[in-house]
Amino acid sequence: MIRSSFAPGVAPVLGAPKAHRSFVMRNPSVLIFLGILALFTLAVTLGAEATGTGALSTSFVKTLGMTLCLCLVAIAMDLVWGYCGILSLGHFAFFGLGGYMIGMWLMWERTEGIVLSATAAQALPPTPDELRAAVGQQIFGVVGGSEIPAIWAFASSLPAQLALVVLVPGLLALVFGWLAFRSRVTGVYLSILTQAMTLALALYLFQNESGLRGNNGLSGLQNIPGMTHLPQSEVSIRFFWASAAALAIGYVLAAWVVAGKFGSVIRGIRDDEARVRFLGYNVEGYKLVIFTLTAIIAAIAGALYYPQAGIISPAEIAPIASIYLAVWVAIGGRGRLYGAVIGAAFVSLVSSWFTGGQAPDIDLGFYVIRWTDWWLVLLGFSFILVTLFAPKGIGGLVDVIRHKVVPDRHGADLGPDKGSFREAEQQ
Amino acid sequence: MSQLLEVSGISVAFDGFKAINNLSFSIGPAELRAIIGPNGAGKTTFMDIVTGKTRPDSGHVTWGERNVSLLRMSESRIAREGIGRKFQRPTVFEDQSVLDNLVMALRNDRGPFSVLRYRRSDGDLGRVRELATEIGLADQLNTRAGILSHGQKQWLEIGMLLAQEPRLLLVDEPAAGMTKAERDRTVDLLRRAAETRAVIVVEHDMDFVRKLGCKVTVLHEGSVLAEGSLDHVTKNQDVIDVYLGR
Ligand SMILES: Nc1ncnc2c1ncn2[C@@H]1O[C@H](COP(=O)(O)OP(=O)(O)OP(=O)(O)O)[C@@H](O)[C@H]1O
Ligand SMILES: [Mg+2]
Repeated sequence: MIRSSFAPGVAPVLGAPKAHRSFVMRNPSVLIFLGILALFTLAVTLGAEATGTGALSTSFVKTLGMTLCLCLVAIAMDLVWGYCGILSLGHFAFFGLGGYMIGMWLMWERTEGIVLSATAAQALPPTPDELRAAVGQQIFGVVGGSEIPAIWAFASSLPAQLALVVLVPGLLALVFGWLAFRSRVTGVYLSILTQAMTLALALYLFQNESGLRGNNGLSGLQNIPGMTHLPQSEVSIRFFWASAAALAIGYVLAAWVVAGKFGSVIRGIRDDEARVRFLGYNVEGYKLVIFTLTAIIAAIAGALYYPQAGIISPAEIAPIASIYLAVWVAIGGRGRLYGAVIGAAFVSLVSSWFTGGQAPDIDLGFYVIRWTDWWLVLLGFSFILVTLFAPKGIGGLVDVIRHKVVPDRHGADLGPDKGSFREAEQQ
Repeated sequence: MSQLLEVSGISVAFDGFKAINNLSFSIGPAELRAIIGPNGAGKTTFMDIVTGKTRPDSGHVTWGERNVSLLRMSESRIAREGIGRKFQRPTVFEDQSVLDNLVMALRNDRGPFSVLRYRRSDGDLGRVRELATEIGLADQLNTRAGILSHGQKQWLEIGMLLAQEPRLLLVDEPAAGMTKAERDRTVDLLRRAAETRAVIVVEHDMDFVRKLGCKVTVLHEGSVLAEGSLDHVTKNQDVIDVYLGR
């Protein structure tokens, strides 16, 4: 479907509305974005240890790869919030679930490899049952058991766990969304509900009985089975490429979704839900589609992120993570896809600079501002400033550069007496 | 003549206050009807009930040749059955172009997945251009609806209604905030629309109602006070007392 939209455009009929211009022609920002992403990928490849000069350390390449995954989940957030107006504060839960699903396979397969090589010297190779028991002991020993929970049934199969990356968060989003949207829960109540879902999921995962190793989470995920002979420098650049490709595909998919009539309908839902309903559209159905689709995108981003992070624990799913996601999108500029990408990349990189201790402390004489402690305050403050004074976020700068004048209505309609006001705006 | 919409004996109360009180009303398949009445008479609430926004406490609303009940249908389903509605405040999608607004309203499959695959056909574009000409916005197809004048927004909303090809059009105070010339054009538009479908217009402006030249229903405190030609109802003493005499 996507490819057909790229079909060479028929020249527009003179004076007619642009009907047959191709998708890319109508959305030059997609090409610009892909170009920048390609250049960035090339630059990182040339700087990486495995493929280039080595100017960029392996851990930095990992950070950049992870940042690309965060950009992808920010696009999902922008679709659901910036375009459809659903302020979901639960999309990081889907991101984390995707990480858990791929983490199960990574951990299982690797542990099995370790057990196999440890027993290689024995005269008799272990029976399948013995092997399972040993793997179970290795993985679940930390939570005081060797019983293999039922949810690990498919952990030895990569295709199965990859399917679960999509299915588990997708189904959760589908069921949750169906219940919430069907009862017409909107606005702040919906946000609270998504936070509750996130909190419940995190609390559940914190328990040792959850079958996912409680607060230990899943670890050693950076050791990719089948790539154990490769150095981490090589693994890191491969994951970086995969993340860049996922971001490119996600961006094009999202741009395609919002470019056409579907995008028109969901922006309509954002601006005036009742009106869309009276046009004959089943608003709840649309919300469910977009909520589930974005949950799946978030899950895929998470599945690429955690092998680079190396560890996933329930703390990652904490409600605050999903709130950060909304903050990134707000700072970058919601309702435009590149805004979400800018916000996620900018804030998460700056954040790791501040919290990593690289930022110089400020000595006020009577008090020393340590950024590791004060960064969150700064972030919260920037969020408030952006919300109040630059609701279009960093992405709004593009409008300034292009001299694009958009009437700022503060949500109000232009009444019959505001003719002169309207003229003033158009100048 | 069989009726397109039949409303019989509906009542609805908000916190004990009867906004609609045992109201009965019907309209034929190609009829223009004006509803007048003082503020708070229940005109908008009546439209809310027909379009599924408000559920009545009692009564029936039946629709079409097969007399299906509208009471159990969702708002979007009722809209797809062929009932279009224009709100009191003009509500168009201000961030989108006139073209996008009209395309969204065009009568096409409204399921999410077919909308995802939708591509504008020449037929649809032709239809949009036709509509835009009818509502006087042919040159503004690529203009954002937010910067249209108040009257143009009202027309755009009427155009979106026509694009839905409804069998019944409910129009709430279309002339509010329009200039004299704009009002006359709106009268024309509505009369033409009523040649092929049923149109119900709620309006306070008597001059506007007179120009519509149609049967008038007077609502008061949630029920019908009088019905007939404008001259007939304006001579009715009850109507003079509660509405015109104020
Ligand atoms: N959702 C609601 N909750 C409580 N009261 C309501 C609600 N909707 C309408 N009402 C009340 O019902 C009465 C009828 O209101 P309605 O809006 O139908 O009047 P109207 O005839 O359209 O008046 P106007 O000419 O001012 O538009 C009013 O007194 C109003 O306050
Ligand atoms: Mg009203």
